[in-house]
Amino acid sequence: MINKMRSSFLATPYAIWVMICTILPLFYILGYALTNDAGSFTLSNLTAIADPVHLKSLWLSIRVAFFTTAICLLLAYPVALILHNLKLTNKGLVVFLFILPMWMNFMLRILAWQIILSNNGILNSILSTLGLPTLHILYTETAVTLGMVYDFLPYMILPIYNALSKINDQVVEAAADLGANWWTTFTKVTLPLSKDGIISGIIMVFVPALSSFVVSNLLGGGKVLLIGNVIEQEFTLARNWNLGSGLSIILMIFVLLSMSVMNKVDDSENGGMPV
Amino acid sequence: MNKFKKGASSLYLALIFLFLYAPILVLIVLSFNDSMSRTVWGGFTLKWYANLSSNDNIMEALGTTIKITLTSSIFATILGTTAAIGIHYMKKRHAAIMLGATNIPLLNADIVTGISLMLLFTRFTPLGEFSVILAHIAFSVPYVIFNVLPRLQSLSEACFEAATDLGATPMYAFYKVVWPEIFPGVLSGFLMALTMSLDDFTITYFTKGAGVNTLSTMLYTQLRKGIQPELYALSTILFLLAFVLLLVINFKGSARKEVFKNEK
Repeated sequence: MINKMRSSFLATPYAIWVMICTILPLFYILGYALTNDAGSFTLSNLTAIADPVHLKSLWLSIRVAFFTTAICLLLAYPVALILHNLKLTNKGLVVFLFILPMWMNFMLRILAWQIILSNNGILNSILSTLGLPTLHILYTETAVTLGMVYDFLPYMILPIYNALSKINDQVVEAAADLGANWWTTFTKVTLPLSKDGIISGIIMVFVPALSSFVVSNLLGGGKVLLIGNVIEQEFTLARNWNLGSGLSIILMIFVLLSMSVMNKVDDSENGGMPV
Repeated sequence: MNKFKKGASSLYLALIFLFLYAPILVLIVLSFNDSMSRTVWGGFTLKWYANLSSNDNIMEALGTTIKITLTSSIFATILGTTAAIGIHYMKKRHAAIMLGATNIPLLNADIVTGISLMLLFTRFTPLGEFSVILAHIAFSVPYVIFNVLPRLQSLSEACFEAATDLGATPMYAFYKVVWPEIFPGVLSGFLMALTMSLDDFTITYFTKGAGVNTLSTMLYTQLRKGIQPELYALSTILFLLAFVLLLVINFKGSARKEVFKNEK
């Protein structure tokens, strides 16, 4: 018992660290958001979101993040299912294959997409060799969404794969024994049991997609202004830290909102299903 | 039918991996391209690799990147491991508060984390390498904690008690009983911290101040002027190093598991 008490003190340096480097910075950003240049209290940095330019960016961000998340989910679930059905003994290998691309610099990987998608780029050379019509999607919302799907896909695959690994195979077999066909087993057993993985995947994709500004800079060519781009410009070009902080707080509120919605979905479905 | 299903599955997996690895392939090809243009193939060359060590800009950014990545992930691992042990032995209510706070950097948007840290740092210290290291520790500690904590939770309390009952000092018992069990978690936490730190752009961008450049931020400023091809060469080398490193760790890990299985 004494030992436990003593061991819990090992967290003291971290507790101090959290206060200074996690909690305190949030108060700083809130402080900037709620004051103006002169340092007096104002709400104008928060209400600035109602400005049509900002509202348009926020709406665009939500739309891009929504499509990114939906496409990631549609692409990732079959991948996770197939990998799970391979019954690999070495689960680390799967993680390895999806983590490895991250060791090629993120900026360069997005740049490579610029090269692939450009009008006389690789994709169009292949398409025209095959006699297909060429695509002109670079510097559009489509290219930005594609870049984000590429960047965040592993964050959707890994949690779903983990959730599938935790399902007891006997449950699936039991469903089949009781006469359920593949589709019924999938919708009634596998899918509900992997819900936790889906939800954490959605959060891990939606949040960074909502706030990204680099992908939109590179693949949107300055034409696709997401809320992240607006915030970045307030800090680097306009040098209006108060407004930038205010918009950051709005972004945070949207992140928290989307997460609580996801958690609600999680709870209500658990509540509806007697265990 | 089954054969068709298998074929379709393999084809689908192949397409997904093509999607994930195509850009990397493009960059590797570009590192051997004897042309400054990104879209024209000018023949095979090794000159970007040969020029690499004499490019002071890139070498300096590489040095800064390595320094920041290593320092921050080592500190994050030490801080995170001790924190995980502490949290594990805390009262439930306190542990819940600590874990809630630990989740903040993971769930918050990178841009908000970067800006909020920048606002704090500018008050107390000039922005530079030091502030970037602090920021990197801040966002990588949670990865270490969430890798170590499950290991501690699956550890049997009785083993540690048995060791101390048999006369081991707490330190010795920790080293002999607890450490071997949690080490894989510490290692994977360290590797995740390393990966996140190396791949980070947003948080570095906001906390670095003028004059300091990591590879990511240097690339960002070069995007408009054109990328120095040496950077493709450097990235290819780093990627291949990571490939070999991760392969060795993975292979060793699975080899150990095999031995364990046989012993059973």
